[in-house]
Amino acid sequence: MAKIIGLTGNEAIAYAVKQCDVDVIAAYPITPQTIMVELLSEYVYNGEIDAEFVCVESEHSAMSACVGASLTGARVFTATASQGLALMHEMLYIASGLRCPIVMGVANRALSAPLNIHGDHSDMMGSRDCGWIQVYAENAQEAYDWIIQAFKIAEDHRVLLPISVNIDGFIISHSMERVEVLEDEDVSRFLPPRKPIITIDPAKPITVGALCLPDYYFEVKRQQVQALNESRNVIREVNKEFESFSGRKYDLLETYGMGDAEAAIICLGSTAGTAKAVAMDLRSEGKRVGVIKPWVYRPFPEEDLVKAVGDAETLAVLDRACSFGAPFNALCSDVIAALYRHGRSDVKVFNCVYGLGGRDITPADIRAIFNEALEAVQTGIVKEQLKFIGVRE
Amino acid sequence: MVRLSELPVEELFTSGHRLCAGCGAGTIMRMTLKATRGPTVVVNATGCVEVASTIYPYTSWKVSWVHVAFENAAAVASGIEAAYKALRRKGLWDKHVDVIAIAGDGGTFDIGIQALSGALERGHDFLYICYDNEAYMNTGIQRSGATPHGAATTTSPAGRKVPGKPEFKKDLIGICAAHGIEYAATASPAYWNDYITKVQKGLEVEGPAVIHVFSPCPLGMRFDSSKSMEVARLAVQTRYWPVYEVEKGKYKLNIKVPQPKPLVDFLKMQGRFSHLFQPEFQHEIEALQRWVDENWKRILSLCGETA
Repeated sequence: MAKIIGLTGNEAIAYAVKQCDVDVIAAYPITPQTIMVELLSEYVYNGEIDAEFVCVESEHSAMSACVGASLTGARVFTATASQGLALMHEMLYIASGLRCPIVMGVANRALSAPLNIHGDHSDMMGSRDCGWIQVYAENAQEAYDWIIQAFKIAEDHRVLLPISVNIDGFIISHSMERVEVLEDEDVSRFLPPRKPIITIDPAKPITVGALCLPDYYFEVKRQQVQALNESRNVIREVNKEFESFSGRKYDLLETYGMGDAEAAIICLGSTAGTAKAVAMDLRSEGKRVGVIKPWVYRPFPEEDLVKAVGDAETLAVLDRACSFGAPFNALCSDVIAALYRHGRSDVKVFNCVYGLGGRDITPADIRAIFNEALEAVQTGIVKEQLKFIGVRE
Repeated sequence: MVRLSELPVEELFTSGHRLCAGCGAGTIMRMTLKATRGPTVVVNATGCVEVASTIYPYTSWKVSWVHVAFENAAAVASGIEAAYKALRRKGLWDKHVDVIAIAGDGGTFDIGIQALSGALERGHDFLYICYDNEAYMNTGIQRSGATPHGAATTTSPAGRKVPGKPEFKKDLIGICAAHGIEYAATASPAYWNDYITKVQKGLEVEGPAVIHVFSPCPLGMRFDSSKSMEVARLAVQTRYWPVYEVEKGKYKLNIKVPQPKPLVDFLKMQGRFSHLFQPEFQHEIEALQRWVDENWKRILSLCGETA
């Protein structure tokens, strides 16, 4: 029987990791993720989980230790945010390049300067091309569920890639919510101990991380592209298996109201919750609006997204990070590229940057964005292709 | 000390690697693996040994070998050690694995010092070996925190105004010993049985151990490639490279040098010091000599020796 408890996003992730029988946790504290690491160390120090807690001296060393641990065949977890993720940047590429199925919780937070501890997506967006599977959870429940699924996806022999599960800093990491947690035995059944293919077992010595010159490097990267693309199928499989015993349905993306929507918002994480609530109100007023929330941002769910867009004529894509100097910001660029690639350049798109450094986005802001999208449907004209929501100009 | 007849015949570091002729690091790697005692994983920081011994799809290593990056050999070793500990406790692994982290002076003195300090403080059971060729030789001879005073490198050139590196070398073993680790030592490959014995000791210690070994580099130090071991021996015999160990905080001088050879014998063999022999830079040789004398005195006093 499922148990319902109150957990913050950080606590939900730590609780999930506890149930996943990890072998090594190497992590360094940083706001707003710190509580994840504190709780995990508490579990280890109280003997509630049988794992090694490597309390490293930096995030760079955290990911380095995770890579080393993962190569032995161990199940490995770490967590970080913001500057910590930026400091890890070098190691993120090595973790994916060496095909280490590490799972990482990220409480997304703005990047300095100026220094700011609050939530936005600058950190993970800055590392979006690092070859990791990247999942954005809307709330504590999703964070809990995705962590459990993440180990299974990452460790699948068809994937062998690291995964980050992202939650909005403070908004999700520190808000207590109703979370339905699974029984330990159910998690163990779903997620048996890791079965690695090749490890650094000294009895069968291997060389890992050799120097690859122009004669081989490209092929290694090409394989990585393929592995990340093909992980979509494994993610879907794992989602289905997870649903079969948890009753909770996941996919590459979630849609709301897209059956008949003329205009839609596309956004990641907690903002999707607000967007769905506003869409519900607008729909009750007879307005045909919808929401698309990619759960999985990398690999980008392009086919699912284009399908979900359906007959919608206008899309407002919300980005909580800046791609300085780019025509559009990260999520919007991906959406436009996906539409273009699938022959849907007819769809009108505009990009709204919002919530940087933890600035609130309110239901009124979302309503205004929906109205603008609906207006574009009527007039056939997008007034502003790139907008900054709630900023003093 | 270990005897030649006690060493395994098997070569775990194979020939065919692409290190330069006369490279001291190749000799050091071969001797290191002769000292292993069972299942071993080597973690190698980016550097000469790494790039020259594992050009894909070839490898010189007959033990499991991991390269992750430049600054983090100690952190990667931490993760491996912790993982085997956890897996063993859980019954998923059944044997002890020796973890040896190997890095050059750049990867140790400079960019890797934080990761090393962290790993020593946490007390992981591993052996860290710094092969010190006294500059970033792999990227083309740039100065490091281990480059001696006066040496010319491509970033501390023999200038008309500044003749080589103005600063002096860091005390790596002092830094490591200050972490309270059980074993730290210096060595020179010219004294092979001292070095191999130290590697064996370092592996036997439960907890972190550090060995700082002089690595003669014909290319960067600029000497004939047939002279590597001669340079490595002179480094010790001139008191430039004191060979000692620190066991549970207690310093012990392993190679006594009662009648040192003149430092200039060591300097003259190496092109990196040749500019110092111009009359206007004579004082730099004297400065280096003073550093050598004071360092020797300091080590002697730590070892409780008088001469």
